[in-house]
Amino acid sequence: MLRVTEEGERIPLTVADVVPEKGILVIVFQEVGKSTRLLGTRKAGDEIMDLIGPLGRASHIEKFGTVVCIGGGVGTPEIFPVARALKQAGNRVISIIGFRSKDLILMDKEMAAVSDELIVATDDGSNGNKGFVTDMLRRVIDRGEKVDRVFAVGPVIMMKMVSKLTTPHKIPTVVSLNPIMLDATGMCGVCRVEVGGKTRLACVDGPEFDGHEVDFDMLIARLRTYLPEEKQSLELYEVEKSGCCGGKGGCCGQG
Amino acid sequence: MARVSPKKTLMREQDPKARARNFDEVPFGYSSEEAVEEAKRCLQCKKPSCVPGCPVNIDIPGFIHQIALGNFWEAMKLMKQTNTLPAICGRVCPQETQCEGQCVLAKKMEPVAIGNLERFIADWEAEQNECVMCEMQPGTGKKVAVVGAGPAGLTVASDLAKMGHSVTMFEALHKPGGVLVYGIPEFRLPKAIVEREVKFVQSMGVKLELNHVVGKLRSVDELLTEFDAVFVGTGAGQPSFMGIPGENSLGIYSANEYLTRSNLMKAYLFPRYDTPIVRGKRVATIGGGNVAMDSARTALRLGAEKSILIYRRSREEMPARTAEVHHAEQEGIEFNLLTNPVRYIADEQGWVREVECLRMELGEPDAGGRRRPVPLRGSEFRIPVDTVVVAIGNSPNPLIPQTTPGLEAAKHGNIVADSRTGRTSKKGVFAGGDIVTGAATVILAMGAGRLAANSIDEYLKTGVW
Repeated sequence: MLRVTEEGERIPLTVADVVPEKGILVIVFQEVGKSTRLLGTRKAGDEIMDLIGPLGRASHIEKFGTVVCIGGGVGTPEIFPVARALKQAGNRVISIIGFRSKDLILMDKEMAAVSDELIVATDDGSNGNKGFVTDMLRRVIDRGEKVDRVFAVGPVIMMKMVSKLTTPHKIPTVVSLNPIMLDATGMCGVCRVEVGGKTRLACVDGPEFDGHEVDFDMLIARLRTYLPEEKQSLELYEVEKSGCCGGKGGCCGQG
Repeated sequence: MARVSPKKTLMREQDPKARARNFDEVPFGYSSEEAVEEAKRCLQCKKPSCVPGCPVNIDIPGFIHQIALGNFWEAMKLMKQTNTLPAICGRVCPQETQCEGQCVLAKKMEPVAIGNLERFIADWEAEQNECVMCEMQPGTGKKVAVVGAGPAGLTVASDLAKMGHSVTMFEALHKPGGVLVYGIPEFRLPKAIVEREVKFVQSMGVKLELNHVVGKLRSVDELLTEFDAVFVGTGAGQPSFMGIPGENSLGIYSANEYLTRSNLMKAYLFPRYDTPIVRGKRVATIGGGNVAMDSARTALRLGAEKSILIYRRSREEMPARTAEVHHAEQEGIEFNLLTNPVRYIADEQGWVREVECLRMELGEPDAGGRRRPVPLRGSEFRIPVDTVVVAIGNSPNPLIPQTTPGLEAAKHGNIVADSRTGRTSKKGVFAGGDIVTGAATVILAMGAGRLAANSIDEYLKTGVW
């Protein structure tokens, strides 16, 4: 959890790696709304207002046998420490990471280093391997691989489709949920998700849950709660950053 | 004896219509003249009954006497001997059931307005260029960790600092104050006041570590390797929901979330502050306590056309302070009493649109002595809403009980601690406030903090557990 400025939101971001001896914490994020764009303007040596963590429950790692680790887009840096820990625990790790196109691929070398096999897919096929991560997972299953467990981190729709695919094969599937959070210490309840018909808090009970039990549609709906406000915030930020009213306040002669 | 006015000196406040649309504080506070006038109503009882009514035993006749004489500085000195957070207590304590409830005048007329006078003297001090410092004992070299910088933690920290111990407070959020900053709204307790009183506690040498989630970043056991004692005052931070169908629809908040967004994150100032909040037009608040009143009144200030309160019992059973219920009513909150939600109906996008309720009647008293609400069959009806705030209570945050071996917890997750000493089942660990009692009041938490501080001091001196 971090907050960039005094007026800023608290935003939940996942720790991708730590280098304790150097006091380094690695967080990979995508600039989507105002808060992440603002964070993106910070350079080496700059400060942010607050950093809170670690929060939630740690991933459950043990020797399962053959595991498939799936990262979708910026879910890749989040699956990376999981894949590494699973590898260290003696699992055979097959990793699948997917991106919209070739130029968006990230951490493939790091993933390759901790995986017995790495499959990189792109939605548009620009890296020569076209398809979604679910297509790749289906191929792995279809080639007769006995998969003991799947870990998936990425867009909600991706985690939903992965879980749907593994259900008939009865492959235990762990997904890492990303609902809206506020305090992230179990105090507000905004991150409630339904798992197996029960309401759970992703911040303290999660973020990992059994993908076969998660109500993904509710999560998708709840993530849309503040779309108009997020849009407003971002527009205002872009205008302020450019120093121009964007035609709204009259500074540029367009108003 | 001079004739005593039967009524309290009135405290001027914002007009209800105007204040229901702004976040400014509702009462204006006494002028010096009004304070002196009110202070003169105090009979200066030889054996005052008000003092034992105060959980932190403020020398009430003493400070009021000094106000009556116009010696405001002296009044503040007396106040700070027992209470380092008077501007807060003067505003949020339920005086009617504590000090003022015990005032001898209360038998025949209105009691002395002790809370108003406490508030006055604290606000007066804030306007001066210097502040009354507490008498500090020489340093003992002992170190104490206080987990949670809410009312209990702040009291423990300031008391122990006065006794000469070195104190560090660990706060999970990015601002100190606990419920005083995330829960109680600006219009009831301005955040600048909380900041000022926390600064005073820090001025006594208390260190403050923010963004420090004990139980995650480090455990109580780890704290014990560095500190001679640990006080846990982590509050009742976990919201309860009713568990009825549709409760996870969009637009349904826990009171904790609603108030935290508005108060701590300043969502009422969106988009100047980045945290958003739904500005509902028809807002229903479920519950009958102070938090429910705070939520329903916040909804009005966020622009609600209708702010509706839904409570399953009748007005007599409402746990909220009378003054808060009165304020809410004045501002136009609509009360739906003897009414209980049974489910929420959402639209296709998942947004709440209606709440279905049942009418209730009161049956036999329950274990707590309040008459139990019983549903009337076939009385279902629906209220159109676009926002709902569930304010039916909080339970203790389980993080510390879960991560501290040897710390005994009760069935509902409360830490078991001796009510006179705050001692827990684990050597060197004390607890107090809502984490022990379940959700209660600011001043009770402060009272528990006071007792724990004395007992921690004794433990640090003797080492006897």
